[in-house]
Amino acid sequence: MTSRPSPGLTLAAWLGAAFLHIPLLLIILYAFTSEDRTYTFPPPGLTLRWFGVAFARTDMWDALWLSVRVACLATLLALLLGSLAAAAMSRSHFRGKDAFSLLITLPIALPGIVTGIALLTTIKRVGLEPGTLTIILGHATFCIVTVYNNVVARLRRISPSQIEASSDLGARPLQTFRYVLLPHLATALLAGGLLSFALSFDEVIVTTFTAGSQQTLPIWMFGELFKPRDRPVTNVVAILVMLVTLLPILLTQRLSSGGDYMHGGGKSS
Amino acid sequence: MSVPVTVSRHRFGRGALITLLLLAPPLLWLGVVYLGSLLGLLQYGFYSIDDFTAQVVQQFTWATFASLFSTPSNLDVIIRTLLMSVAVTLACAVIAFPIARYVALLRGRSKAVWVVLVTLPLWASYLVRVYAWRLILAQEGVLSWVLAKLHLTSLLDAALSLPVLGGPSLSSSYLGMFLVFVYVWLPYMILPIQAALERVPASLVQASADLGARPFQTFWRVIFPLSLPGVAAGSIFTFSLTLGDYIIPGVVGAPGYFIGQMVYTQQGTAGNLPLAAAFSVVPIVIVMLYLALARRLGAFDAL
Repeated sequence: MTSRPSPGLTLAAWLGAAFLHIPLLLIILYAFTSEDRTYTFPPPGLTLRWFGVAFARTDMWDALWLSVRVACLATLLALLLGSLAAAAMSRSHFRGKDAFSLLITLPIALPGIVTGIALLTTIKRVGLEPGTLTIILGHATFCIVTVYNNVVARLRRISPSQIEASSDLGARPLQTFRYVLLPHLATALLAGGLLSFALSFDEVIVTTFTAGSQQTLPIWMFGELFKPRDRPVTNVVAILVMLVTLLPILLTQRLSSGGDYMHGGGKSS
Repeated sequence: MSVPVTVSRHRFGRGALITLLLLAPPLLWLGVVYLGSLLGLLQYGFYSIDDFTAQVVQQFTWATFASLFSTPSNLDVIIRTLLMSVAVTLACAVIAFPIARYVALLRGRSKAVWVVLVTLPLWASYLVRVYAWRLILAQEGVLSWVLAKLHLTSLLDAALSLPVLGGPSLSSSYLGMFLVFVYVWLPYMILPIQAALERVPASLVQASADLGARPFQTFWRVIFPLSLPGVAAGSIFTFSLTLGDYIIPGVVGAPGYFIGQMVYTQQGTAGNLPLAAAFSVVPIVIVMLYLALARRLGAFDAL
């Protein structure tokens, strides 16, 4: 479209952006407040004290470390399964193709609580102990679609003639994969992987069901929301969480500035 | 689960074998682990709980599902959640539309900046954003302060005295909960609408103007109908996410339970897994119906 945004539209967009961002700025402000009992606004004074208190909390570091490990492993699994699914879908037609694509979408289309309780039922039935392994299994389930969406979109844009040319020139399938397909897919895989990392790192609803007594960072934060030991510490950790999830996203944005990054990155819980 | 693979070109040839090999791991994972779990959950919905021993009775019965609709408090939970999901979806669509349209009109660098502006909050952690609203809605919090400065406290009091929506404070009212839901899911609505708007051919808008339509007419008769797949796609997220959320109603809001909270408490503290299972089938059915409807509106092409 060539038309320019009207003043009214511009104003509405800016108001919308303010609505989206002011709460985040407040979080940052409250991490420095010297008032630790209430949410008084404006804060009576500012201090750096809470950063020290937060960094000294070993339970916070344990939770952060668990979240990082879980997110890495869930992302690896999702990368494998998601790209296999994408490769299968990009091949010629097979019966049940529509049903399969619905099946991939289902874990993000259904509310997290359904996925969570369903997985918990199975975990109990099979006799597994809820813990790190089951958190990873749960996260991988809904991360598959993120990788899948990114890779499938990329595969659609690769012309089959390139693959054919490669094999016509005598490349074995593995060579074609290594030298033609993989370079094309690299940024899509990276984007899908980073999104899945952020998704897993932030997930709380499915995790509450599959975690047993383990605490990922969001679970830890959830606990702090109701029984805070030092209220402003939650804000400090909130900033930390924002940084950990935002950096990969901004990186993804840079990597694929074609505007087609983040396919179906949507879903939080 | 059987895997009927027929490749159109060479039936049972190498192509089919490769497709099968590629398909098998994700299909096994999603089909066995995920779908199997969903079916296992469904099965629990057909069990019941013994009132005296509090043990699950593994005998087929419709009673648990029936109690969703025959027990007024259960029905209330379902209706309350549905109404909230619809309200949140509508509000998100209305607020998202101008932002999406604005971003779709931009080009170059400013567009890139706005795309980041819109997506950033989405990735700034769900819990953090919910928590931010606790700060804002608290009685001594930001919103009361701003309204007091603007001499609008009476407006807040009027809103809080509304029969169902209001409450003792914003952080313990449906109005507050509604605000938080809209805030948290808004980006999920902006992105698909923006994607749909970007696919509206400029020539159509020009043609409409050339044929003498005023800007509003062009918007209403051309741009808006073409954006509907995006709205439908966005609404899948806002609707489904509201339907199952149990954290926002727990952190902010009135005492009445939502479906997500019901599922959570029934499987946990109440120890009534059959009722939890029956409750969780409600969002499954609604989302399935919704997906079917959205598919008709072309939502899947806009995702």
